[in-house]
Amino acid sequence: MTRKGRRLAFIGCAGAVLAIAAGLVLNALNDTIVFFSGPTQIVQQPPAAGTRLRLGGLVENGSVRREGPEVHFAVEDGTSRVPVVYAGLLPDLFREGQGVVAEGAMEPDGTFRAASVLAKHDESYMPREVAEALKEQGTWKGNP
Amino acid sequence: MIAEAGHYALILALALAAVQSTVPLWGARRGDARLMAVGEGTALGQLLFVSFAFAALTAAYVTSDFSLLNVVENSHSAKPLIYKVSGVWGNHEGSMLLWVLILVLFGAAVAAFGRNLPLTLRANVLAVQGWIAGAFLIFMLAASNPFTRLDPAPVQGRDLNPLLQDIGLAVHPPLLYAGYVGFSIAFAFAIAALIEGRIDAAWARWVRPWTLAAWIFLTLGIAMGSYWAYYELGWGGFWFWDPVENASLLPWLAGTALLHSALVMEKREALKVWTVLLALLTFACSLLGTFLVRSGVLTSVHAFAVDPTRGLFILVILAIFVGGSLSLFALRAGKLRQGGIFAPVSREGALVLNNLLLSTATATVLVGTLYPLALEGVTGEKISVGAPFFNATFGPLALALLCAVPFGPLLAWKRGDLFWAVQRLWAAAGVAVLGGACAALFMTGGPVLAPLGVALAFFIIVGSFAELTERTRLFRQPLSHSFRRATGVPSAVWGGALAHAGLGLCLLGVVGATAWNEERIQTLRSGEMIEFGGRDLVLENVGERMGSNYRDIVGSFAVRRGGTVEKRVESSKRFYTARQMTTTEAGLLTYGFSQLYVSLGELGENGTVAVRAEWKPLVLLIWLGPVLMALGGVLSIADRRLRIGVPRPARARRVAPVPAE
Repeated sequence: MTRKGRRLAFIGCAGAVLAIAAGLVLNALNDTIVFFSGPTQIVQQPPAAGTRLRLGGLVENGSVRREGPEVHFAVEDGTSRVPVVYAGLLPDLFREGQGVVAEGAMEPDGTFRAASVLAKHDESYMPREVAEALKEQGTWKGNP
Repeated sequence: MIAEAGHYALILALALAAVQSTVPLWGARRGDARLMAVGEGTALGQLLFVSFAFAALTAAYVTSDFSLLNVVENSHSAKPLIYKVSGVWGNHEGSMLLWVLILVLFGAAVAAFGRNLPLTLRANVLAVQGWIAGAFLIFMLAASNPFTRLDPAPVQGRDLNPLLQDIGLAVHPPLLYAGYVGFSIAFAFAIAALIEGRIDAAWARWVRPWTLAAWIFLTLGIAMGSYWAYYELGWGGFWFWDPVENASLLPWLAGTALLHSALVMEKREALKVWTVLLALLTFACSLLGTFLVRSGVLTSVHAFAVDPTRGLFILVILAIFVGGSLSLFALRAGKLRQGGIFAPVSREGALVLNNLLLSTATATVLVGTLYPLALEGVTGEKISVGAPFFNATFGPLALALLCAVPFGPLLAWKRGDLFWAVQRLWAAAGVAVLGGACAALFMTGGPVLAPLGVALAFFIIVGSFAELTERTRLFRQPLSHSFRRATGVPSAVWGGALAHAGLGLCLLGVVGATAWNEERIQTLRSGEMIEFGGRDLVLENVGERMGSNYRDIVGSFAVRRGGTVEKRVESSKRFYTARQMTTTEAGLLTYGFSQLYVSLGELGENGTVAVRAEWKPLVLLIWLGPVLMALGGVLSIADRRLRIGVPRPARARRVAPVPAE
């Protein structure tokens, strides 16, 4: 093979790998990204059951109860509420009346089955999505 | 007073950085050895002043000097001493100080140990180091001064974020930063080479030890962070594809590619332009990581800064260094002469494949990390890109790379013989098939592909040693002969084999802990138990205990097997009074490389507690693998070939002539 031929072969290989990677990325961006929505959005435009999404809002006061391996609570934003069921341990910073983000999908019966639950990291931190969603709903009580 | 002195020391360090970034450069241009030598003194001086500033801040933390804003926000007088010290870098300002300290440490190391470098190269490298140090010192003094005073001083501090009050997190940032910042040396060498328009195999031999050192630190730092997340966050996961984790993975991937391409350049003078570009990109990834973590664009444990001016500041530094270096590259890369040619199937070819896959994998991680930020910035739509994305993109590329790992070292330089390499790997393939078959037979549950993962891991682990077996003629000649040959094998070859085997071990751990992970969540009362594959995990009692700055709710468990108590373990919820914050202290029971992971959930009424118990097969291998990789790196650095200049024995002979009498 000539020097030029070799170089072309390498460029061809590199192009092929890059093309495959680009294909994988585009495909994955179609399938795997997860959109964020608040309770009001979910109540107004219920997403298809099984679509993965992130639900953010405040944990409704008095809504948390554990039944065996599952824990039930509701996420609200002052206007609407969505019941959530989660089979797992709640994070350390999970508290009633405070911000939370749950990732999972809607069940046909209108409850949200969470695969993971994230709570804020410290007393001054509210998940950004939650804060903005609350501001939109006009129920934000913290700093502007 | 000490704080003011520390502040002043930073200003002096900045002044020295300004000198260092100009005078040696000018000296190198004019060929003036005296001007070039200035860089040496300024580099050591910077180390002196920044160390003093760091010591001053540490002193403020140790003595709980609450007249400093930084100490008030991140310390508490009741905190154990070790966390008072680690609190120095457990916050934005202090961690930037640590960043700069490590940077000037590396700069001083080049000044002190780089005496065998050509004068102009060393002068240019130090000048580039001066630019970086200067930029970050300006940032610290202008936007994140750790020595800001508070008047009146409060009586008590607000304590360090409890998640960071952990021995793992005391060591994690220094290791990680040593990795991030260590790549600045490769960057400085690349810029210096572009300025001079000259680059050769010797350049690669100088760059490799520095890159290796940085890579070792980064490997250990990432592993440490992952282990911390595993036992402290209470989820039992080891990698979450969190943007902050990705920020450390990016320079690691690019740095690994750089290590391999520098190998080609050192041996064969090929891939020059590519190696220089990789050196620039690796440090760009480090800077990007610093920006992502420190700017507040991401919300996470690591994101201390929410002040937008800081984010903008780091973004400007990032833009100047990345943009500037890439422009310089575009201007000067053409001047670098291309070196040796090689056939597609050869050691070089394998390393090119390695680089291709690693850099593509880096790009996919980069896209996954930045896409949500970009989308939100442009359309305002909020999305999250998580594990499924990375599994679908990074996964296949990593898999392709892993399959190729054992073949690379068996191919000869210039022109290799793939068939010969395949023949050398039949033993590894046999072990792999056996391992995979055992996994399929004895491990129940888990995905269908898991035994294949086990097979691949065994293939890599055993295959990594194929080159050594070949070099030592193991099993073909008497053992004593092989042993004699083994001592003659360069330590870099041992290093490479160990590092590759470490990769295989890590893969084995990942496959084991994800495919055959068993999880049980139950609410328990004292005396009740969770059954677990032949073992019973009994909650004996739940009690309370006081710590220095926290209160523990401790669950004591016993593991029983056939009626007798086999082991005991405690798991607790730790409540930090100053921050009103709870953390999970998971209980870990080790069986070989596997662990039983016990964490407590919320307390219910009438004395119940939610308990999560997980059986994680082979999980420890996930972190032992990287330790082995780092060990391989150390062996590789120790190789004589990398210590260039006049060979030492010859020099020793010259120095000690015995006078004839």
